[in-house]
Amino acid sequence: MASQSLDITRRSATTTQPPNIRGDVPQVAKLIDISKCIGCKACQAACMEWNDYRDKVGTCNGTYNNPPDLDADQWTVMRFTEYEPEAGKLEWLIRKDGCMHCADPGCLKACPAPGAIVQYGNGIVDFHEEHCIGCGYCITGCPFNIPRLSKKDGKAYKCTLCSDRVAVGLEPACIKACPTGALVFGTKDDMTHHAEGRITDLKSRGYAQAALYDPPGVGGTHVMYVLPHGDKPEIYEGLPKDPHISAWVSVWKGVTKPILGLGLGVIALGGFIHYVTKGPNEADDEDAKEDEHEGR
Amino acid sequence: MTNHWVDIKNANLVLIMGGNAAEAHPCGFKWVTEAKAHKGAKLIVVDPRFNRSAAMADYYAPIRTGTDIAFLGGVIHYLLSHDKINHEYVKAYTNASYLVDSAYGFEDGLFTGYEPAKRAYDKSTWSYVKGPDGYVEVDETMTDPRCVMNLMKAHYARYTPEVVSNICGTPQDQFLHVCEMIAETSAPTQTMTIMYALGWTQHTVGTQMIRTAAMVQLLLGNIGMAGGGLNALRGHSNIQGLTDLGLLSNLLPGYMTLPMEKETDFQKYLDVRALKPLRPGQLSYWQNYPKFHVSLMKAWYGDAATKDNNYAYDYLPKLDKIYDILQVFELMHQGKMNGYFCQGFNPLASFPNKAKIGGALAKLKYLVVIDPLATETSEFWQNFGPYNDVDPTKIQTEVFRLPSTCFAEENGSLVNSSRWLQWHYQGADPPGDAKADPEIVAGLFLKLRELYRKEGGAYPDPIVNLTWNYAIPAAPHSEELAKEYNGRALADLTDPVDPTKVVLKAGQQLDSFAQLKDDGSTACGCWIFSGAWTEKGNMMARRDTADPSGLGETLGWAFAWPANRRILYNRASCNPAGKPWDPRRDIIHWNGSKWVGFDVPDFKPDSAPDQDMGPFIMQPEGVARFFTLDKIIDGPFPEHYEPFETPIGTNPLHPKVISNPAARVFKDDLEAFGTAKDFPYAATTYRLTEHFHFWTKHAMINAILQPEQFVEIGEELAKEKGLKAGDQVMVRSNRGFLKAVAVVTKRIKPLTVNGKTVHTVGVPIHWGFKGVAKNGYITNTLTPYVGDANVQTPEFKSFLVDIEKA
Repeated sequence: MASQSLDITRRSATTTQPPNIRGDVPQVAKLIDISKCIGCKACQAACMEWNDYRDKVGTCNGTYNNPPDLDADQWTVMRFTEYEPEAGKLEWLIRKDGCMHCADPGCLKACPAPGAIVQYGNGIVDFHEEHCIGCGYCITGCPFNIPRLSKKDGKAYKCTLCSDRVAVGLEPACIKACPTGALVFGTKDDMTHHAEGRITDLKSRGYAQAALYDPPGVGGTHVMYVLPHGDKPEIYEGLPKDPHISAWVSVWKGVTKPILGLGLGVIALGGFIHYVTKGPNEADDEDAKEDEHEGR
Repeated sequence: MTNHWVDIKNANLVLIMGGNAAEAHPCGFKWVTEAKAHKGAKLIVVDPRFNRSAAMADYYAPIRTGTDIAFLGGVIHYLLSHDKINHEYVKAYTNASYLVDSAYGFEDGLFTGYEPAKRAYDKSTWSYVKGPDGYVEVDETMTDPRCVMNLMKAHYARYTPEVVSNICGTPQDQFLHVCEMIAETSAPTQTMTIMYALGWTQHTVGTQMIRTAAMVQLLLGNIGMAGGGLNALRGHSNIQGLTDLGLLSNLLPGYMTLPMEKETDFQKYLDVRALKPLRPGQLSYWQNYPKFHVSLMKAWYGDAATKDNNYAYDYLPKLDKIYDILQVFELMHQGKMNGYFCQGFNPLASFPNKAKIGGALAKLKYLVVIDPLATETSEFWQNFGPYNDVDPTKIQTEVFRLPSTCFAEENGSLVNSSRWLQWHYQGADPPGDAKADPEIVAGLFLKLRELYRKEGGAYPDPIVNLTWNYAIPAAPHSEELAKEYNGRALADLTDPVDPTKVVLKAGQQLDSFAQLKDDGSTACGCWIFSGAWTEKGNMMARRDTADPSGLGETLGWAFAWPANRRILYNRASCNPAGKPWDPRRDIIHWNGSKWVGFDVPDFKPDSAPDQDMGPFIMQPEGVARFFTLDKIIDGPFPEHYEPFETPIGTNPLHPKVISNPAARVFKDDLEAFGTAKDFPYAATTYRLTEHFHFWTKHAMINAILQPEQFVEIGEELAKEKGLKAGDQVMVRSNRGFLKAVAVVTKRIKPLTVNGKTVHTVGVPIHWGFKGVAKNGYITNTLTPYVGDANVQTPEFKSFLVDIEKA
């Protein structure tokens, strides 16, 4: 969703200069404190409510992970892991998964559709589905395996960090719903500071390796975790230890960009030819009728 | 709760046992995370499953379901034998030094006075020794072997760590680690809070489990303290309000009780409830019972309640026995009840042994269901395949479904676990023909009254004389009802010190229950709610978060019963001299002339410490009871009894008395119990965060988040049975079966109990055959039809099952 009051600093497949009259905007961040998360899924419910999507009523797959994975209709999920740090000890790790809003977003870099992925001045990475061509390259570009293509419209979806709420000074819906303070939101500096206090507390409780997860390989992230086992992010249902943008994205951008440009040109040309030979397609027709109807 | 949700943040140690706050009370659980984050508090979870609360715990210990008295009795033994108690507190604020009747005793699992044929006790020996002055005799040195302290020591001497571990399956080292952590809070500056819920109430020994925990807290000096207390997390958002308003069959509003059928004499009815002090100088606040009772009858019957007719005492029904829900459905099942009104209640899903409940409903002539949702109960007669396999042609019950509003569609107040009455406002219009519950009930009442007026009848007076002064008689407003509960003056009320001064004019709202009279000059629908809607307006709607002490005592937020008091027994937060045990927990103190502080004192405001008034002012002794006399029917000290369906088939403490000898069991139900031979696994039922009882399976988002019925088993049992996660399994008890998906987990471990391996099967409750979630079996198909000996809450938490691949 485009948010007019947020400055766009980066735009996929675009070389024009971004607007910058407001100067430096404070960087925002969501902090997920795994040591306080009870896995209640209130954030999932709030995400569905605010963003107005509904997944299907699924089935139980023999775990607490419901729905089992991210989807175009499920932008955040809880991932539960039963972890035995030593014999006779058990921890139930619960990680809220969703877009990490990388400072250096692999999705945006990989995206060939102009303006389909943007990064705002505050750090939020947002998908503008009206520009999305459904190629799925953002999925390849993402080191966290987050975006999902919709089976309904073929476009890619993911967490927006509630850019529409943040733009008007509200916290993301998940933050507002969280009952235990496991989710907090603010400037990245404040969140980093808050995390330091949490890490001190966790160390005093025997988690010697407690740490903030803000991986430098993607330039840091605007969604960060407090991990009790900071040295082993992978135990939290496969959180990558040192995420980087896939080398293929750099190759793509560095070498094949002109070819892509050509490819896009071919697609555009194909579309034009389709239009002049067959006329506007049925779906467009129906849309037009609906618009007319709504107008009345 | 003795304390309140916010106060949990003041604890040094939080014990969650008999509950799963992170799962079932996630919003309240935030105060645990606050205590941990800001006070460095530690969290202990003791539960058969490593649950969502355990995921947040500093220390987790497993326990076999239904054995909490053994565990906590072991804690009592540990505290006493390691001298980890607050001596001054125990001596001054409990009945530890009181002398007990020499005939009282306990042997081989039975207290004195047991009558096997009645499954009940003659409790006459469970009493104090009284002196010639009528007061209880005490031995302040606590050397007399008949003082409560020494009887308690002897009773729990049997609960050694070996015995506890053998019964509970908790490894000894883990049990002792929990004891050590708890014992640290015997220091006057350290507190533990205990959070429990239906994991303690839903046992045949539920009341006694809670009592054992209270005894632990009293030994530690944690009752009355900020960050302490014994805190019941209520299972419904307004179940606290339900009990407050006396909706249980033997209660009147404000925890007054209905007369039994032998209590035909009004004065005697009052006298046995207006308890006289058992020690000199005690307040014994229930002495005010006549004021509360007469004011209630004035609220209900107005001018028809007069001194001459004992304030309409004869209008009250007199009970031959308690009509708890198990009793009611038993009578229905026997065909002795032919009509049933079911309001905001889904018994087919919520009550044990679904087959019996469905069979009982099928014997009714008519069933009226008042509910916002299409409940399973309202369609008990329909065939829903395996989920409700009945033959509608054989059921003649006529069912009326009256759609009501839900809480968001009406103004009103909910009472939360903190005893706070919080006013809320209507957020949406009700759909279709739905009507608010007061409107539905008013409609029924007005029609009935009309019939009684027209046709008379055996005794129409209690119906035709009922006060019904609402602006719209067919639709009383929540505001009108709230004002009625608060109460008002019926004549001018004068200042007790200066009778020339009028404090309240006739017709004005009361300030508090302290103004109630027993001469008919006040009316009050629920004395503990008095103060909620005064002349200053609706106190429940207040939203001032000011917290001058920083301890969360926000007296300007809503209204807490009684008297806006936030922490009950708060006099006990000070030592006998009136100084806080812990200066950082100064909620009230004696300032030389009165009790003052950040909370409303739970005490006589001008009673100086040297007057020796005890802090437990509702008790005639003024102190808390380790030994409960005859107040609890299954023993003055809690004792471990096995669940009625026990996986070990014996009670290691006393093999001849296995389960609670004073629990009521109906004949058919006794026959429906299973044994470990056929049903070898200990099962327990519970809620999941994603759902609220049987409501939210009707809501799409909740259904998405937890769509399908499952059961949880440990990896070891799964291996034995050849099951893996995701398999369809059948779980059977002696009463029926269900099929569900298996969740196989490391979080449930087999326990070694009395030399035997006991596996636990976890069965969440939320599914049924109405709603948008996937249809499922009603979990209470499996559960046994037997309740707590004192209050008849069914034993949903401990029973036996077998499990196999479906």
